[in-house]
Parts: sequence; C-alpha cells; structure tokens
Amino acid sequence: MKFGFSLLILALLIVIPALGASLGGAPFWGIVIPYCALLIFLVGFTSRVLKWAKLPVPFRIPTSTGQQKSLDWIQHSPLDNPSTGLGVVGRMALEVLLFRSLFRNTKVELKEGPKLVYGSSKWLWAGALAFHYAFLIIFLRHFKYFVEPTPFWVVGMQNLDSFFQVGLPMLLATDAVIVAAISFLLLRRLLDARIRYISNASDYFPLLLILAIAATGILMRYFFKVDLVGVKKLAMGLFSLKPVVPEGIGAMFYIHMFLVSSLIAYFPFSKLMHLAGVFLSPTRNLANNNRMRRHLNPWNPQVKVHTYEEYEDEFRDVMKAAELPLDKEKQCPKAS
Amino acid sequence: MPRDFNRIVLGLAVFLALVLTPVWTNLFRSVPPLQDPEIATRNIPGKDKCVLPSVEMKVTHMNLLNQWRDSVVRNDQRDYATADGRHFDMSLSRTCMNCHTDKAKFCDRCHNALAVNPYCWDCHVEPLVQPASMGTEVR
Repeated sequence: MKFGFSLLILALLIVIPALGASLGGAPFWGIVIPYCALLIFLVGFTSRVLKWAKLPVPFRIPTSTGQQKSLDWIQHSPLDNPSTGLGVVGRMALEVLLFRSLFRNTKVELKEGPKLVYGSSKWLWAGALAFHYAFLIIFLRHFKYFVEPTPFWVVGMQNLDSFFQVGLPMLLATDAVIVAAISFLLLRRLLDARIRYISNASDYFPLLLILAIAATGILMRYFFKVDLVGVKKLAMGLFSLKPVVPEGIGAMFYIHMFLVSSLIAYFPFSKLMHLAGVFLSPTRNLANNNRMRRHLNPWNPQVKVHTYEEYEDEFRDVMKAAELPLDKEKQCPKAS
Repeated sequence: MPRDFNRIVLGLAVFLALVLTPVWTNLFRSVPPLQDPEIATRNIPGKDKCVLPSVEMKVTHMNLLNQWRDSVVRNDQRDYATADGRHFDMSLSRTCMNCHTDKAKFCDRCHNALAVNPYCWDCHVEPLVQPASMGTEVR
C-alpha cells in the first residue's frame, strides 16, 4: 500500500514531464522547474538547519558503545566514547565516511529450541556504503556539464569509472553499483516482513526516485540518446544565471531533469535531511566529559537557598542558650 | 542562542558554498562559449555525403566506428554499404578523416567538453591538417 502510493507518485513524476515536454514549453521544463527546485532546496535546507541549531542541547548524552574514560586502570575506548573534541572528530568521521553505526547492525532469529539468536548482519552497511559512494561519484562526475573547461579531476574520475572498457559508450562502474545497491535496499524493505512493517511511503519514495534518476540517466547514455553539448549549454546557462534552452535536446533529458528537480525540492522535507542531521546528532557529536566538567542547565530557575552559615547567624543566641555546638562563637560583623 | 549555534551556522555556510560551486565558478570567471563541432568538409567530388545522416552520426558514430573496427580487425571485411547503396572503405583515418580532416575541431571540441576520452588514438595517427586547396593526400 505504502509502496504502491510511492510508485504512483513516481509514475506521475515521470508522466508529467514526458507529456509536458512533448507539448512544448521547453523554457518551463528546462529553466523554471530547476530554478524553483534549487530555491526550495536552499531555503528549506537552511531554515531546517537553523531550526535545529536553535534547539538547546545543555547536557552530554553518553549513549555509546564503548567504555567511558574514568579511572586509569579501566580501559577507555577513545573513538566509541571520546572525552575530548578530537575524539569526537574521529567518531564523527567514522560515522559520516564509513557508516559505523550501520556496521553494528544485528539480526535476530528464532531458532529451534526455541532459542533467540543474535548475529552480525553487514548487508545493510555494505549496501548503504556502496549506494552513497556511487551516488557521490555520479554527482561529482556531472560537473563535466556544469563547468567549462571540464575539471581535470572529472576526467580522471570518469576514466577510472570506465576502467573496464565494457561496451560503448563505456560502462561506468558506478552506474552498475548504484542500480544494484538501490535495488538491494529496496528489496530489503519489501521482502523482509519485519522491515516492511516499519517502512513508510517516505522510505520507499526516495529510493524509487533515485532509482528512476539513475535509470533515466543510463537510458540516455545507451538507448534514448540526447544532444549532450546542448545539455551542457543548458546546464551552464542555468549556473551562470544566463539560462538558455538549446533546441532538440530530447525528451528523456527533460524527464531526468524533472526527477532530479523533484529530488532536490523534496530534500528539505524528507529523511534525506540526514545529510545535515548526521552532523547534528547529539549522541555522536558531543564528548562524554561528564566526569571532568559539570554541565549546568542554563535555564534552571534561580533557587533561593538558606545556608547553614546564615541559619547559625539567625539562631546563634538561641542555640548558645541551648548549649548547641556552634561553628562561630560570635556573629561576624558584616563586611564593612 | 545555544552554545554551538555559531559553529552550526559556519558549517551550513561551508555546505552552501560547496553546493553552489557551479554557480560561483561560472559567475566569477569568463567562460569561453561552448563551440559546436565543425562539420565542414573538404568537398571531394562524389564523396559529398556522409555514410549516415548527421543527426544519426551525432549519437551513433561511436557504435559505427566500433562495428567497423570489429569488422576490419576480426573479419577482414572492409566494405561498408550505406542504406542508399553507396560503398565506403571502413577506415577512420582514410575515410572519415579524409573529409573531416581537423581532429581538433571535429572530434575534440565535444569530447573535451564532455570529458569523453575515446581510445581511437591509442592506435591511430591523426592526419596532418592541410588546407582544402592543397590536394587530397592525407597521411
């Protein structure tokens, strides 16, 4: 049901530009839509991050998988439970670059007996890592359409990507990897009943959308070829704020462009915001230094206290008469 | 404002600057306009039409050259018959580049703009560019 809804939305996002671009109005599909999408992305992303930045995080949350730093003879794990800023940088780097928390993914199974068995399960980690890095390389590769002359690192990246020289135009390894990885991540949600139960339309839709973007890109490379020089003129026109729409680029390009625009515009309202959110996870980005520093809640109300010293000052005569021990025999004269 | 507000805003600014790389690299630099390839050929009598219409050549020339390569190298088959019954020798240097003599203007403009790095020139030698009036001899 939730999957069907995502599929329906995706179908609409493909049919609309396919029909629209064939009816004409290329400036709308090639200029207005991408600019609107980019504007929504920039404003939405910024406001969402600023909203998060305004939320106070007064305390350290030592949710961790390692021993915190305490006594010298207790072994401390500085990366899993860092007590310093540098350690936090290390933990964040491992999380952002290598998805360390997915590496800890476990699988629960009920075996004969009945016996509950927990086991390591690295497939989610491997699929996510393959998908994210393939997507990053594909995104960076597209700089050949954005910048003239083409940056040297794009040429190098593309040569490496087509290293195996399979087919013509040569197969780009990341294209194969991203399709395989997204398919796996999608099937994982669909085929495992327990994961399907906790999956929402907002889980399926981004995967389907990115799969469709990759698919239209591959279709353009091999089957519905488009005028690539025209594409580069259009892209560079957009980015240099002097938009142009060259004639006869090909409908498949406008479908690809519309899907990418949809992804960009959808980004700030979706789970894709984990791009920013991963850096703002309080359980990951705060050093566990609760034992070394006292963290005071800044908005605690001022509590009116009455110290023993003041108490003794107030009742000294009565206490002396009752022969109670006193800290000071005489009331201290107020500091003059 | 919370303690880390300024740091988060700094990170956000760095991210936005990175995302907008294509915008500021294009805005603050004079970008040479993209040039279309120069299709102009030497007008050799009887060879005034390409093997395929230019619209088709634009998107399928790599596949055609690949077929020619396989046909010549693997099957020793050098004759290419077009749909309208003309015959050509399957050769990059002696057929294609006999008309489209200038590799820099004909091949490289698009290939460079799109980071395409074809391995034709691993084996082939590009013909010397000669003015059209200098005769038909091509190395």
